[in-house]
Formats: sequence, structure tokens, C-alpha cells
Amino acid sequence: MASTVFRSFQIHPFLLHTRTVLGLRNGVMYSSMKSAQSQTATKEKKQPQLRPSNQSKKLENISNDYEAIIGIETHVQLASQTKAFCSCPYHYGSLPNTSICPICMGLPGALPALNSKVIEFAVKVGLALNCKLSMNSKFDRKQYFYPDLPKGYQISQFDVPIATGGYVDVDIPVEFGGGHRRFGITRVHMEEDAGKLLHAEDGSHSQVDLNRAGVPLLEIVSEPDMRSGIEAAEYAVELQRLVRYLGVSNGNMQEGSLRCDVNVSVRPIGQSQLGTKVEIKNLNSFSSVSRAIDFEISRQVLLHSQGQENQIVQETRLWNEGSQKTVTMRKKEGLSDYRYFPEPDLPAVILSKEYVDDIRNSLPELPEMNRRRYEKMGLSMQDVLFLANDNNIAEFFDATLAKGADTKLAANWIMGDIAAFMKNEQLTINEIKLTPEELSELIASIKSGIISGKIGKQILFELLAKGGTVKGVIEEKDLVQITDTVEIEKMVDQVIVENPKQLEQYRGGKTKLQGFFAGQVMKLSKGKANPELLNKILLEKLNSER
Amino acid sequence: MLSTVQTPRSLSRFPFYIPSKPFLFHTTTSRFSSEPIAYSSLTEQSNSTTTTTTSPAPQQSQILTIRQSLLSRKITATELAESYLTRLRLTEPHLNSFLHISDTVLREAQELDQKIKGNEEIGPLAGVLVGVKDNICTKDMPSTGGSRILESYRPPFDATAVKRVKQLGGIVVGKTNLDEFGMGSTTEGSAFKVTANPWDISRVPGGSSGGSAAAVSARQCVVSLGSDTGGSVRQPASFCGVVGLKPTYGRVSRYGLMAYASSLDVIGCFGSTVADTGILLHAIAGHDRFDATTSKQDVPNYLSHFVPASSLETKPLKGLRIGLIRETLDEGVDPGVISAIRAAASHFEELGCSVNEVSLPSFSFGLPAYYILASSESSSNLSRYDGVRYGNQASTDRLNYLYGDSRAKGFGSEVKMRILMGTYALSAGYYDAYYKRAQQVRTIIRNSFKEALNENDILISPAAPSPAYKIGEKKHDPLAMYAGDIMTVNVNLAGLPALVLPCGFVEGGPAGLPVGLQMIGAAFGEGELLRVGHIFEQTLENTKFVPPICDS
Repeated sequence: MASTVFRSFQIHPFLLHTRTVLGLRNGVMYSSMKSAQSQTATKEKKQPQLRPSNQSKKLENISNDYEAIIGIETHVQLASQTKAFCSCPYHYGSLPNTSICPICMGLPGALPALNSKVIEFAVKVGLALNCKLSMNSKFDRKQYFYPDLPKGYQISQFDVPIATGGYVDVDIPVEFGGGHRRFGITRVHMEEDAGKLLHAEDGSHSQVDLNRAGVPLLEIVSEPDMRSGIEAAEYAVELQRLVRYLGVSNGNMQEGSLRCDVNVSVRPIGQSQLGTKVEIKNLNSFSSVSRAIDFEISRQVLLHSQGQENQIVQETRLWNEGSQKTVTMRKKEGLSDYRYFPEPDLPAVILSKEYVDDIRNSLPELPEMNRRRYEKMGLSMQDVLFLANDNNIAEFFDATLAKGADTKLAANWIMGDIAAFMKNEQLTINEIKLTPEELSELIASIKSGIISGKIGKQILFELLAKGGTVKGVIEEKDLVQITDTVEIEKMVDQVIVENPKQLEQYRGGKTKLQGFFAGQVMKLSKGKANPELLNKILLEKLNSER
Repeated sequence: MLSTVQTPRSLSRFPFYIPSKPFLFHTTTSRFSSEPIAYSSLTEQSNSTTTTTTSPAPQQSQILTIRQSLLSRKITATELAESYLTRLRLTEPHLNSFLHISDTVLREAQELDQKIKGNEEIGPLAGVLVGVKDNICTKDMPSTGGSRILESYRPPFDATAVKRVKQLGGIVVGKTNLDEFGMGSTTEGSAFKVTANPWDISRVPGGSSGGSAAAVSARQCVVSLGSDTGGSVRQPASFCGVVGLKPTYGRVSRYGLMAYASSLDVIGCFGSTVADTGILLHAIAGHDRFDATTSKQDVPNYLSHFVPASSLETKPLKGLRIGLIRETLDEGVDPGVISAIRAAASHFEELGCSVNEVSLPSFSFGLPAYYILASSESSSNLSRYDGVRYGNQASTDRLNYLYGDSRAKGFGSEVKMRILMGTYALSAGYYDAYYKRAQQVRTIIRNSFKEALNENDILISPAAPSPAYKIGEKKHDPLAMYAGDIMTVNVNLAGLPALVLPCGFVEGGPAGLPVGLQMIGAAFGEGELLRVGHIFEQTLENTKFVPPICDS
């Protein structure tokens, strides 16, 4: 209804939003580690394309003389039931203009009414980022014209953001040298999202989709504390973890629920003055954050080393995924004047101490606390980072332990076969049929010898796919381990009798054939024979009847 | 005989009790909320007259008269609507009060007659024809704000105030003319037509709610809704000789009012009597979840504040402290206006009030502060008229031209001037010198009013420095027009309620020109303003504020 076909006006092509849906589900393996592995691979592959390899080596040497200063602005879409100032719901991927009303369309006479969830979520994030909260803040209008901005201004916060001066702790993955880093948070403020423009392929016209207009956002601005693409990507991943732990956003980069704009500058080591800052946009994944920054650092370092640092200008560059390069989007000609002024339609945002305390007391365990707890449990850093990467996995793991499972065994099962299954089936841990209770039961059943490890695996996949209980599957499929000596002896006897040739060879000195016999017995028992008993009896029989 | 307040049946929106909640705001109002006379008499009445009410209709309220007549079957809603529509059709060619006249008035009146026939409950505004300023959104009717850019725009929703009027049985008769988006003081700034003053059709009705004021003055409708950002209800009320009420900021929802200056805008009421104005305010006032700036404070029963004229004592306003704002009678104010206001002050003294001159030294700063703040906010509020989603869109192939051309063609010159002034005032480097400074002035003004209202119950002043002037007289002299707002803008800056009622005449036109008295009260003190205004109105002798156009 509000989709207006512009009478064919020209849009700057570089303003195209090229967010594509990469996958419907957001895989469990969405950890920095995985993306980082693919990063390295791509980098190795792409590096030669950037410049001749001998030059690349030279650049590496030069790089040591420079340091990069990186700051990140992150927009987090809040997962409130309704938009920030009206009661429209927001669902990513809905048909254009199906979730709009007079308020988010900016019709004449419509007024914003603040959704209190926005404040609640902002306070949660502010506290989780160790910020100082403004007990008395306000909304402001940021004014500019664009067709996706229905009111001609964005309701945002300007000089008094709801939270300031915090920090976030990050553990760098082992493969990138590991270590602990703390990155400063300058400010967190609340604002509303704009709509989207849909451009005709032939460029003849553009259409406006206002579904996203008015969706609440938090803008999180970091201090310029990052020094490399990896650090920046890890910072962004940690924010994603944080908002997911807090349940304030799905943090999904592909859907645009978490968007990063980075600022990069380079200066010779030892120089106190900062280099010229370049902003990079269009970063749709953590790996593109990392790669774009590394590319930009190389570009700037190269210019510096060639005495051409004056070629580095304050501008916005766009990350091009295809060419793996950043390209100029627009040069900054002076500061744009947004003519901020206090939003007169909304009262001041006043927080009471009780309100903040209530939220503080209801905060869940945060990723950093979680990691430190797992570390204390004796898990390796690799295990810690994997398990604490996703709060749902962490919860699953904790629930499994709560049922009495062994820590290391539970971690191994989750990180091994369960993770592999989820990856193959594109499922999240909440979608699999296996419950923590049954995983714990499974581990216990193996430990107590009711089933063998091999059978355990079989049962696991059964439970993952179909659900049910360990006991149920064991009974149904008659999988209880055979520990009855007499029964195993019978089977051993049978196998020996059925394979006289091999027996002769064995007794002729080819003792390696013991494995063959064991395999045959195991096959006969359908994998249920207790391996230790089996081997013991088999050996006795093979050697004794000489 | 002059008993104003009757208790009609099923007046559900007007509960006859004093709100038990104490007033949280100004202590000055609390003494009125416990006013015992009206309370007890009304309660008794409402208890004893649950079966029938056949007392003579009060003359002081068109609305109550209509109600009585409808319930007693003296007249049908259809007959009533027809008589108003007939007068409207006769006078409209001379006045041009309306931009749009509803074509469903008679149908709605017939539906109401069916209800009455079936003895169904009818709302307190049943059968009352209400004019609505065209910057207030109405479903099923155009709402242009008097601007070319919204020509033939039809909103998909009713403004909260309109919705409440309709829910209570009111019939929207049409959309009244105004200065484009409320920016102006003559209604000459409308993109569509110029409205004439019913007292002298060569004169302006004032503005920006000139259409709403003229329509009530000429009895084209019973009451009307206007909006007041810097005096846009009060000044036209003064020019047209009707009662105009600017409520406290936050008393009435702005949802559906096309924003001009959000921190100053308020929907106000016009009526030919104080009682009608109060009844209309009661209908539209109160908290609205769609307007975050509305107050949650209870809406008192304004009717209960009215003392029937028959029971008035000789000094009915004894003890009331009236402050006459000295700065409003300075040079530049029409001598006829000054003498009318002085006469009104004397009248107050006769009613038992103490009248003292009070000085508001910051008074003259209000005008520049107002024009900076209002322009700044308007430059932002009018950004949405970009031709992208609704309204007139320029045909062009470049985005910048789409904006530029749509707005250049869509807005009138006054609107453009204010957008430019406001954009300038909010620009980096100027913000502190203009917008911020104006906000500081606003705080000073608010405080000086507070002080003055600590010592006085009500402040009075002229509603405008002159009576209605000639059409075209100030059209090309914006500064002269802005200067005319001196009496009213301070009240908006302070967010206070003010009631304007006709108090006398000056020479001019075929039958003289009405002069309006402005009464300013403490925040949320509308009840007291109405009570005092009602007594003033009833005791004003030998004056009938019906314009000559109604006789023809």
C-alpha cells in the first residue's frame, strides 16, 4: 500500500543494500574459530591477487613499522515483539509493506509512543558492557532526507546516550595466538531503524519497503582499541554472543540484525598523532570484517611506505566481497549537519535505581563469566571457547553436567558427534531431539558398561534424530552389552569352529589374526559383546586348545 | 431561569462527582476542586432525576439545549442538522470557513433519530455538529492542513480528539480552513481559500484556526476544534467574538494533529458559550497512549464548576485574585482594546475579585523565542512532506529534485520561510545562539508565569493587540503579523491553559468588532477558568455576540 514507485529517479548505485540471505538457519558453528579458519584459507588464496608475492613479503616487513587503529560502530536490532514507537511486529523477510502503520509510515499527525522493552534491552546491554548508565537521558531527532526515512528524521540519542564508558572482554582463539583482550565501549544509544529501498534491476525506478522502519536498534560504539582484523572480528563476535546471551537480539549478521561499520587508520609506530580515518561499510559477516580491515590496513600501509599517505582521505569505503577489496563509496566533504535537537514528542527517559537494580539482578551469566567458569572446570581453552560460544550449547552442556555427567566426556560428545550432526542437518541445539538428561544417561551407560562406546554412538544418533530415551533404545533394539562369560564363550567357540583355516594360521604364528577373530565374534554378537571380556576369552581359547 | 447546568439523562461522560484523586499539580487549583456548591446541588439533582428531566433547556449551552430538545422530542436530529446545513449553505459563499463539507451529516443525524426513537442511549454530544480544523486528521474526509502538498490527502485514521467526539455522538460537519499547517494569524495563508470574518466580511477571522472560529461565530456549526501553537485558537476567537479555549499542554491528545511545533501544539475548542467550550474540552481531554506527552491526570467534570446564574451571590467571585498583565496594555495595543479589557477588569472587581496589575518582565522575549522554537520544530516536523509516500509528488528523475520540486511546489511561502528559519536556527554553529537560547528564555517565561500565578489565581490580558483587521492588510508584512501574536505565544511557551471570551466591542464593521479577553490559569486549571469565565459571561450585561451575518 505504501510501496511507492518512484517515477524513475536515479539512485546512487553504491547505496545499494546488497544484503543477501546466505542460509535460513544460523549454524551452530557460527563461532569465530570456524569463520577464522575459512578466513585464513581465503587470505592465502587471495593474497597473491592483491599484489605480487615478493611485494607481499616486503609489505609484511613494512607492516611491522606501522600500527593500525580500529574502532567499530555496531547496530544491533532489538528482538522486541513490536517496533520502537508503534505496535507493528517485525519479521525479517516479510512481504514489503505488510508490517506498517500510520506511525512507522510517518503519516501526518502520527506520533511515536515508546516501547518500554527498548529501554529494558538497552539497560541490559549497557550493564552487560560494564557501562555507566544515564539515569536521565532523552531522545533526539537526527535529520536528513532519504526515501527510506519516512519522517525525514530518525529518532535517536545524541548528546546523552543511555550508556557510556564500558568495556568488553574477549578471548582470542588459540589459533590466532590466544590471549585475553579488553576493548573499551564509548557509548550505547537507542534509535530506530530505517526502511529499505528495493531497486529495479534496470535502474528505472526504486520502491520503498517500510517494514523495517521503526524497528528498535542499539548503536554500540567501541573505543579505537582494536589493532587487527582478527581483533575486530572477535570483538564483533563477542557482541553477538552477548546480545544472544541476553536475549535482546538474534544477532544475525546475514539478516542485518547485527551490522558493523569499522573505522581504520594507520600510523607509523611511535607516532602519537592518529592517521586519517577511513570508514568501511557493507560488512555482512565476521570474516568480511576481518578481511576488509586487513585489506584496508595493507592498502594504507602501502601508501604510507610509498610516501603517499596524503592519498589516504577521510571517506567511506565499501567492502566488495567479489574482489576482496575496499572501494571508495563517498568522500567526506566536511561534516554533515544532522541538526540534532531534542525529540519533543517523547518525554525524557528517566531510570530509577530500583528499575536498574531489578534488571541487573536478572541478568543471565554472560559469555565472559561463562568462559571463566568453564576454564575453572579444567576444560581446555579450545573447549571453553566452543562451548561458551553459543549460550544454547552452554545451557545444554550445563544441563548435562547437572544430571551428573562427566565434564570432559560431555564436552567431547557435544563438540564431536553432536556438533557434527547439527552441522550436517543444519539444526541448532534446541532443535535436536536429544535432551541433556539422555546425553548424561548415555555417558553413564557407557561408563558403567551397560553398552559399549560403539553402541553408544549408535544410540546417540538414534536419539538425535528421533528422540526417546537411552533405556528405551537399548531395550527396543536389544543393545545391552553381553557380559555373560558363557554366552561370549559360546560365540567364540562358534567362530573358531567356523574358521579352521585362520585358526591354523594363527596357531602357526600369525597372531595378528586375533583381530580377525575378535571382529567376527563382535559381528556375531551384533556389536554387543563386551570387548574386554571378548578379547580375554578369545585369547584364552586361541592359545589354550593347542 | 438562568440555571445552566442540568443533568440530562445518560450523560455518562460527565460523572457527577469530584475526582477523589487529589490534584498533583498546582495547589491553586485544589481549592476549586473541592468547590462544594456545584457538587452537592448536582449530586442531589442527579439522584433525584433519574426518571425524567423536563426542566427548561439552559440557554447558556447550545449543546445542552440540543440534548434537551432531542430527548424531549421537540426536534429531531435531522431537522437540527438541516437547519445548520441551511445556514451553512447560505453563509458559506461569503465566509469560506470550510475546505470540505461532510456529505454524511444527514445520514448520521437520521441514524441518531432512529436511536432516539428506539430509546437507545445517546452520547453527550449526540446531534452536535462539530467543525474540525483541517490539520486534524479525519477518516473518510480530506485532511490537507491547508497545504497544496496534501491536496486531496485522506488519512486512514481519526485523530484521537475526533474519535472521541464521534464516540460521544458528535457529527463532524466538515473541515475548516486555516493558515497552511497552522502557520499564520489570518487564515490568508491557506493554499485554497481566504476565510472572511462573520462580523465584517472585509476582515480576516484571525488564525490560524480562522475557519473554526468563523464557523462557530456564524453558527455554521455548534462547536469546533482548532489547534493553538502560538495563539491560533485564542486570537481568532477574539476576532470572531466566540469563546476559545487553549488547554494545558498535555491535556488533550495531539495524535492526529499535523504537527507544527510539537512542544507547543495543542488542540483547542471553540464554542459560542463557555459551557459549550467546556463540554467539548471534557469530551476530548485525557490521557492517550498514542500521545506520550498527554497527562495521566484525571479530567475533572468541568460542568460541576459552573454555578447556576440563579444561585449567584452578589459577589460570586469574592476572594478571587486577578492579575492584569501590565505589559499587555503597553503602546502598540489598540486603545479600544485596552478600554474593553479595563472594563472587563472592572467587571471582575464588581464580581468581588481583587484585580492587581502584575508585571511579567520577560513578556516581550516570548515572541522571538516562540518564533525560533516554533520554526525549528516545524522545519523538522514538515520534513515528512517529501512527496514519497503521500501527497503531491513532483515528476522528476533525480532523487534530490523529487524532494526539492515536491516541496517547492507543495508548500506556500510562509511555510517555506519558517522551514528555512528553523533549519538555520538548528544548524551547527547556530544551535546554541538560537535554539538553545530560546529554550532558556522559555524556562524564564515559564518561571515568571509560575510566580505570577502564585500571587494571582488568574491572569488576564487582551487576546490580541487589535480587533480583526482588513484582509490583505498584513499579508505582506510578516513582522507586523508576528507582532500580533504577542499576547498569546507566552502562554504556549509556558504550556498553560487560557480561555478567551468576548468582553466588548470596538468600532468597526457594520456592527462593531468583538474584543476578546484572555484569562490564563495554572496548569490543568481549565476547570477554574471555565467556572470564572462562565460567571463573567453570564453577568456581562447588554451584550450579545452574534454577528450580523446571522441576521441576514
